[in-house]
Parts: sequence; C-alpha cells; structure tokens
Amino acid sequence: MSLTQLHAPATVVERPKFPAWPELNNPAAWLVALILVIMPLIANGFFLIEIFGTSLILGIIALSLMFLAGYGGMVSLMQLTIAGFAGYMVAVFGVSGNANISLGWPWWLATPMALVLATIFGTLGGALAVRTEGIYTIMITLAIGAAFYYFTNQNWAIFNGHTGINTVATPQFWGVDWRSDIPFYYLILAVAALCYFAVQYVARAPFGLALQGVRDNSRRMAALGFNVNAHRVAAYAFASFIAGLGGVLQVWNYRQISPGSVGVERCIDILIIAVVGGITRPVGPFIGALIFVILRTFALDVLIKFGLDGNRFRLLIGLGFLAIVFWSSDGVIGLWERWRRRQTRTSSSTAGRRHG
Amino acid sequence: MARFIERHPAWALIAIIAVALLLWLVFAVWPPGLEQAIGRKRVFLNAIFNGITLGGLYFLVASGFTLIFGLMRNVNLAHGSLYLFGGYVGYAISAWTGSWILSFAVAFLAVGLVGVLLQILVFRRMEGQDLRQTMVTIGLAIVFADLMLWVFGGDFYQIPTPSWLIGPVQLPFITAVKSSGEPVYLQYPMVRLAIFAASVAIGIAMWLALNRTRIGMIVRAGVDDRDILAATGVQIQAVFVLVFALGAGLAGIAGVVGGTFQSISPGEDTRFLLASLVVVIVGGMGSIPGAALGAVIIGLAEQLGSVYIPTYAIVVTFLIMVLVLALRPQGLLARR
Repeated sequence: MSLTQLHAPATVVERPKFPAWPELNNPAAWLVALILVIMPLIANGFFLIEIFGTSLILGIIALSLMFLAGYGGMVSLMQLTIAGFAGYMVAVFGVSGNANISLGWPWWLATPMALVLATIFGTLGGALAVRTEGIYTIMITLAIGAAFYYFTNQNWAIFNGHTGINTVATPQFWGVDWRSDIPFYYLILAVAALCYFAVQYVARAPFGLALQGVRDNSRRMAALGFNVNAHRVAAYAFASFIAGLGGVLQVWNYRQISPGSVGVERCIDILIIAVVGGITRPVGPFIGALIFVILRTFALDVLIKFGLDGNRFRLLIGLGFLAIVFWSSDGVIGLWERWRRRQTRTSSSTAGRRHG
Repeated sequence: MARFIERHPAWALIAIIAVALLLWLVFAVWPPGLEQAIGRKRVFLNAIFNGITLGGLYFLVASGFTLIFGLMRNVNLAHGSLYLFGGYVGYAISAWTGSWILSFAVAFLAVGLVGVLLQILVFRRMEGQDLRQTMVTIGLAIVFADLMLWVFGGDFYQIPTPSWLIGPVQLPFITAVKSSGEPVYLQYPMVRLAIFAASVAIGIAMWLALNRTRIGMIVRAGVDDRDILAATGVQIQAVFVLVFALGAGLAGIAGVVGGTFQSISPGEDTRFLLASLVVVIVGGMGSIPGAALGAVIIGLAEQLGSVYIPTYAIVVTFLIMVLVLALRPQGLLARR
C-alpha cells in the first residue's frame, strides 16, 4: 500500500470538458477500478476493512459534502450528523443489543426507513440553512450538528444517552453474512461506486448545471426564472441521501453507534477530508478519506518511531489541514494538477478551477 | 420601540403579556395550585437567576464573536478555543499568584495578544476570502484544542472564588411564606451576581465605546461598509487588529468567568462555540445589543429547559434558533 496509491485516482482529473463518462476513456481510472476490485486478493482483512472499507465509507459521506460545496457552494458541516442519524435509525428500527429501544424490524425494512428519515432530516436542515446565505451556512449547519450531538447525549428514550446502541445486527441473506470481510468490502465498494457515478451524472444533468449556475451567480439564475432556493434544498436532499447511505454502512461497520460517532469533531473531520482531497471533483473526498484514515491509523506508530508523543494525531491533522487551506485551496487534487501542469508546461490545460 | 408596536401590534401584545406573566411569576407569592402543578417557586426563581447570569457569560463570549464577524466578516470558529485558553491562563495565574482580579487582566492581555497575532499573521493574508478564513479558523481550533490538551491534560480545573465573594446573599424575592406568615427570601450565590453585574458593565461600556467615541464610530462605519471606510483614509488594518484583540480578550475574560462558576476542561471550547453561534444567530450577526438579547434568551431557555424538561433542554435552545431563522433570518436585532 504505497503512497502512489493516493495519486493514482487523481489522474482522472485531466480530461476534456463535459464528455459523457470521462472515466471510460482514461486508462488510469480503469487501473484504479481494477485494483479496487481485486483488492481482497492483495490486502488482508485488516487493510481491507479498517483502511480501504473505512476510507470508502468516509469518502461517501465526504462526497455528499463535496457535492454541496463544490457544485452548490454550500459548505455544510452537518453531513456527518445526517449519516449518524441514518445510523441511529438503523439501530432503532432494526435489531440490536438494546431490545427495549430497537423495534426489531428486518434489515430490508429498517434500512430504507433509515434512509428516508435521514433524507427528510437533511432536507429540513438544508431548508433551514438556505434561509441565509454564504458564510452563515457553516454556522447554522455546525449548530445543527452540535445540537444533535448534545441531544443524543441527553435523550435516553430513543438514542440511549451517552452509551449509545450496541451490537447492531447486520444483514444476512442469500446465505451470505454481509458483514464478513470480503462481502462487506464489495458492498461498500458497490455503494461508493454508485454514489460516485450518481454525483458525476447529476453534476452534468440539467439540475446539476442549474445548481452550478446558482453557485456562481444566484441573482442571475433567479432572474432567468430558476427557483434558487428549491435547487439548493433539492441539492441538500440528494446529498442527504448519499450521506445516509454512508451512515448505514458505518453503523454496519462498527456494529454500534453512540454520541461519540456524531460529535462535533467528527463533523469537522468530514470537512477536513473533503477539503484535503479537494472539493472540485467527486474523486477528491475519496483521496482525502484515504489520507485521513492512513494518518489516523499509523500516525501513532510513526510519531513514536520519531520519538514524539503518539497522541498528537489531531495536531498533525490540524496542521496538515491548515497547510492545505493555506497553499492549495483545492486540496491534493489541486496540488497534483499544478504539478502536472508544470511537468507538461502546456498553456492549454486551463481546467476551470473552482472554489466551493 | 413605539415603531415596533405600531408595525406589529399582535407581536407587541404577545410580548407584553409574556413579560407581565413573567414579572408576576417572579414577584407574586405562588398560589398552592400552581406550586403543585409546576413545582416550588424557589426552583423556578433559581432557574431564572441561573439563566440570566449564564446569559451574562454567553454575552461575554458572543459579543467578541459578533464584533469580529460584524467588522471583518470572519466567522471565527476558533473563538471557543480562545475562551478555553483564557480559562487556562486565568487558572494558571490564579494558582500562581492567588489573585482572582489579576487573572482577569492577564487572561485579557494574553488572549488579546493571541488575537492580534492571528489577525496579523493569518487573517490579513486572506482578506475578503470568507470561506477560506473560516476554514483556517477550523484548522486553528483543532490545533489549539490539541495543544491545550497536551499542556493541561484532560482534567477539570476550577478557578477558586475569592473569599470576599463566597457565600450566598439574600435577595428581596419571596420564594414562599411559612405557616407562621413569615416570608422566606431567595438566597443566591454572591459571585454569580457580581459576575453578572460585571458583564452588564462591560456591555454598557462597549455600547458607549461604540456609540460615543471616534474609534467606535469608525468600527460602526466599518460594519456598514468596509471598503468605503478604507477609501476615506482610515487605517483599517489597525482597526481590524484592535477589534480582533478586543474580541479575543473578551473571550479570555469569559474563560476566567466560566472557570470560576463552572469549570474548564477539553470540550468546553465546542460548547461555548455552539453557544456563541446560537446566540449571534438568534440576536443578529454583528449586533452588540443583539448578542445581549440572544444571550439572555438562550441562557434562560437552557436553564429553564434543564429544570422543567431535562431530556429535551438542548432542543428548546435549538427550536428558538429554528424559529428565529424561520421568521426573521437576519436575527432579532440585526438591521439588515
């Protein structure tokens, strides 16, 4: 698992504008896809789930933020809250160790219910956030996220207070235990691919183009007859569904959920992942998530090896984030693009760099 | 005020009735039926006083936040970290010298200095890029939180109250009447009242400074239109540094206050960041009177909520925010 792994997906970014599916013509994208598919042959159980599975799940949640920030210009800090809400709903409606709370529905009923409720939750939050503009969005969504965290801590009837809900059941059908390492990896991979291509598709669909128009000049779009707020709320709904999918996978991954999983710093982690990866392209969040998970997993050992305090992981993350925000506002992808441009020295590659 | 009543007679009536009801609840001797329905009057009065004094603390934190936002359009999400840093500095000074008053001065200066450094070294480089500034403050909040955890550990610290402020004071509010007909008066901790009086004094001083001095005039002009102010030849960078220092220093003072009547520990930064966010969303961004009103509303909601509906206290705070956003998105006292 060398570091070249991190840069491989970024080659996707050099492409002509608006082809139907640019990935189909890009050999590097096919290579990445192939590596991801045959990953179970290369990696053992720990790497498969703890590194790649977790990265993909966090990537899905960060992808929902990337969609809102990159195409809609709305930086929402509540995407993890929506994911956590979906996870809680899976635990509440499905089967778990807390029999007095969980309703014991089968997974095929509990999961859609959780997704629908998470989408509604996110859409309502979004409808609230679009009441004000620009920089206020961050404040309102952060307030929603923090309020949800404190609420789960206080509420025992549904969310079981600060202990949370444990031993959440995972789906088993067609004779397969979908939480055993290899099937679960493929499940995550399938959902991640689905979300990735859905975002790619929506970004090019009329709705996505209108949303980007709203991002660039909302007054002009309003003058052209577009309902600006409806587009924004719809973007929140779409992003909430993606975040909800990530949340369902996350609760299956850890088999438990507690207020710690929806804490404010977790919400901010998602922002860090998206920004470090780059919020201009859907592949960014996945790269950011991989970097984040690798750092989180190995920072302890590396720091101790260099004779430093191993507990300073968050300091490392924070400094890395600051460095990215200072020097490359479109994340690792931006760094890669600039490096490529310097290599080729072609003036033609002025791929539109956009800011969320 | 008169204009508000003219324009919204229904709202004004509701507000007047609510205030009258509140005054009656505070001053009247409760009939037995009411005590049976919602509990003892002493509990209610304590919640009201705790709410208002907590509002004073929230005001100290949020006024700096709202001032910085109003002038520089910088959503300083590291404001909670400044609060916590002030608390730790205050604790260290008070443990070292034993002087409570000195800890305020040092916390104000130290945190204000951090604010000056932040403005000069970080935010000046990315002026006008709101989102990037906000992201930087998030990064700084993470770094500060971890540095403080490194230095001070995960323990709870409480700054000792000075001896001349320890103990309860009797207030002229009747909580109950004994069977002998003798009234029982409310006992309330002296230190909280003193701190509340101090935050009111700071609020009035800020209002006077903003409305009666030349610097305040410049700051208000900057809140309205930064570019035109700069074009008139004012040293706008100096004003920015000054306001950032003042806002940060106020957060530092608030940290000492919070450390005295609650405690300081990792995680408090997030709590007070959330409180300032909600307070300024409710009160109106960039408005000092708005921050005062929002702080009292949120403090009261939090305390009354935690007494009467303990598991849903946070929801009450949140609902107030939702209601304000739905009815008046710019905040209660914002002009725009």
